[in-house]
Amino acid sequence: MSSDHDTDHDTDHDSALISARVRHVEALLEGRGLLDDGEIDSRIDEFAAGGTPANGARVVARAWVDAGFRERLLEDANAALPEVGLSMAGGLQEQRLKVVANARDEHHVLVCTLCSCYPIALLGPSPSWYKSEAYRSRVVRDPRSVLAEFGVTLPTDTRIAVWDASAESRYMVLPRRPEGTGALSETELAGLVTRKGLIGTALV
Amino acid sequence: MTAFAPGDRVRTRTVDGAGHTRLPRYARGATGTVVQVAGSHPLADDRARGLTVPPQPVYHVRFAARDLFGDGDHTVTVELWHDHLEGPA
Repeated sequence: MSSDHDTDHDTDHDSALISARVRHVEALLEGRGLLDDGEIDSRIDEFAAGGTPANGARVVARAWVDAGFRERLLEDANAALPEVGLSMAGGLQEQRLKVVANARDEHHVLVCTLCSCYPIALLGPSPSWYKSEAYRSRVVRDPRSVLAEFGVTLPTDTRIAVWDASAESRYMVLPRRPEGTGALSETELAGLVTRKGLIGTALV
Repeated sequence: MTAFAPGDRVRTRTVDGAGHTRLPRYARGATGTVVQVAGSHPLADDRARGLTVPPQPVYHVRFAARDLFGDGDHTVTVELWHDHLEGPA
């Protein structure tokens, strides 16, 4: 799992051998009439339509202001999402969602070591660093150092739980509500939540 | 097949078969704890070979980092199919 471009994840991903192979296979399939020109791009657009981290942020803000929703979300996220007008049924089949909640003594962080599994409906397309070999190989082994590189320094007694999306479930982190936000509205709270916070590589 | 339940200690298989597997290499031959049943799905390793197979239980299995890598104070929770496991450990 070595790379000459560990410090430049975008370049690393775009120039990967696999990207060239995929483009080549796509061209062959189009050449043989098995795929229409641009069909893969349009299917991906269809799949990603409506997917944005604003959705995940909305879920988090509701969980911060409504303890009952929070409990239902952690118990069965698929059943709770419709309460905020969302679902995981946008793809070929409904995907199971598991939401993991950060606490004072435990911090969660997500990865897909095998590829790039990710809840697109709630977080939008994944950032390129999430797909990089550097992140995927290092965060399972040494999450505390990787988080520090993202600017997240946790107290030494905060346990770190890494979740590897190796099968059919997708995950989302429920960050802790920041101190001093008691006066904010649900909409204002949602505005505090970042994509990295939903992956676990930021506190919020 | 008797499904595992949360709290069961399980060991992952060590075989390195030909073809695709969703059992990550770093988690082979390791002992962990089932934390939750995550539904039931056909084994992806078989589907990748074009086989039509019945669904089987899938689990969130939590490992201590030191049991995977020899050090580290964190945990890694991997989602594994029943056939990836040889428990109870």
